[in-house]
Amino acid sequence: MEGDIANMGQFIGAGIAGLGTGLAALGVGNVAGNFLAGALRNPSAAAGQTATLFIGIAFAEALGIFSFLVALLLMFAV
Amino acid sequence: MADTTTEAGAPVAEACVDAGGSAIGMPQLCTEWYANQIFWLLVTLAAIYFILSRVALPRIAAVLAERQGTITNDVASAEEMMLRVREAEAAYEKSLADARAEAKTISDETRAKIQAELDKELSAADARIAEKTAESEKAISEIRETAVENVRLVAADVAAEIVALMGDKADAKAIEAAVAERVKG
Amino acid sequence: MATETEYAEGGSGLVFHPLDQFIVKPLFGDGQVYWYTVTNATLWMALSVLGIMGLLVLGTRGAGTVPSRLQSMAEMTYGFIYKMVEDVSGKDAVRFFPYIFTLFLFILFANVLGLIPTAFTPTTHIAVTAVMALGVFLTVTILGFVLHGGTFLKLFWVSSAPLALRPILAVIELISYMVRPVSHSVRLAGAITAGHAVMKVFAAFAASALIAPLAIGGMVAIYALELLVAFIQAYVFTILTCVYLKDALHPHH
Repeated sequence: MEGDIANMGQFIGAGIAGLGTGLAALGVGNVAGNFLAGALRNPSAAAGQTATLFIGIAFAEALGIFSFLVALLLMFAV
Repeated sequence: MADTTTEAGAPVAEACVDAGGSAIGMPQLCTEWYANQIFWLLVTLAAIYFILSRVALPRIAAVLAERQGTITNDVASAEEMMLRVREAEAAYEKSLADARAEAKTISDETRAKIQAELDKELSAADARIAEKTAESEKAISEIRETAVENVRLVAADVAAEIVALMGDKADAKAIEAAVAERVKG
Repeated sequence: MATETEYAEGGSGLVFHPLDQFIVKPLFGDGQVYWYTVTNATLWMALSVLGIMGLLVLGTRGAGTVPSRLQSMAEMTYGFIYKMVEDVSGKDAVRFFPYIFTLFLFILFANVLGLIPTAFTPTTHIAVTAVMALGVFLTVTILGFVLHGGTFLKLFWVSSAPLALRPILAVIELISYMVRPVSHSVRLAGAITAGHAVMKVFAAFAASALIAPLAIGGMVAIYALELLVAFIQAYVFTILTCVYLKDALHPHH
């Protein structure tokens, strides 16, 4: 019984941590959307900023992957 | 994970894989495999670096440089060709202009020569016409003079005859004077 | 704790082993994995070396001024990374180009070859990515101190901020600098692990006839996404390496 409660806690925790992945998706979408809005306003400057775009996406995505990692750890490693 | 090692019943050679061949926990966190992976990773990276720096990168750099050189040469020769084309075009234009100018001078000269000849001929013709006119006028005036003289002689003769017929002895001098007076009048 | 087989026994009958694909096994026999043992990790790393040789050595064999298809691809990859190093890190970073190109090619080939079914993906292992990330971190830090000495520490001293804020900012900058190898390595390993695990979960769902079409369709979609992620993560790892290198070469923002 005690182990079941512990398992339940793990799964609930993993589910909550999984939310972070979706929130990171919001962040990535925000970065990409704003890039697109800026690029449509000034298309000539867009090509030079793709590297910055990817760096921004990478930073936003990294935190989502951290929360995914937390979920995985809760599920399989704790 | 700590309690998996205490499951001593199963003949498991490792701590990270259970008897069924499934992973216990995350395989990524199995410290037993770290040394192996790190060793082979370093070998792999060294191999890739060796391949790249000894063979691939110099070759690709050489190919790119050669292509750049070829392109530069081609562009340069194309520019040279273009220059030559321009020169040829300029020469052509120049010769065309020269020819046109020459043609103009030739036609001008010819026209002037023709004009001069024409003028000469015209003046000669004028002179001849004038000469002829003078001659003709002279002949006409001569004819007129002889005609007046003849009229006078005939009139004098006729007057003398008429006077003789009337029975008079004509005085030649008087007749002549009378005729001269009549003719003149 | 409970293993996955127990979940399966207690659960719906579907058997999930999404992480079994990451197990390191000896290629010959079932012995202990020692540091020198030839394992499946060795095999797939060796295959990525072969792939790189195929692209960059066999592809450029003709060395023609007018390139063949494969040579064109090799030159494109070369030009892509060369331009990235030059643009992001500056012209004087070009001497590090071979190292960066090595990292990029290894990650790219390991990611893409790992997508072959039943393959092992070395880049899913934190041990592998951490060695690469730590290598970059140590190289960049040592290079910064060698080139700039103590003035390299000005990287943490944001001179454009108000004076009162600078110590706080310095602490934040220092922490974010120290976290770099962690995020650098976990990003790559996490993204690739996540994709592979999700595909495995979809594959397990395909065992039930009712939802098999949906599961297989989902797998195809995830596979396409993973192919994209394989390239993007290689690109991101490389470009972050370039950014860190720029900090070491030109620490004065």
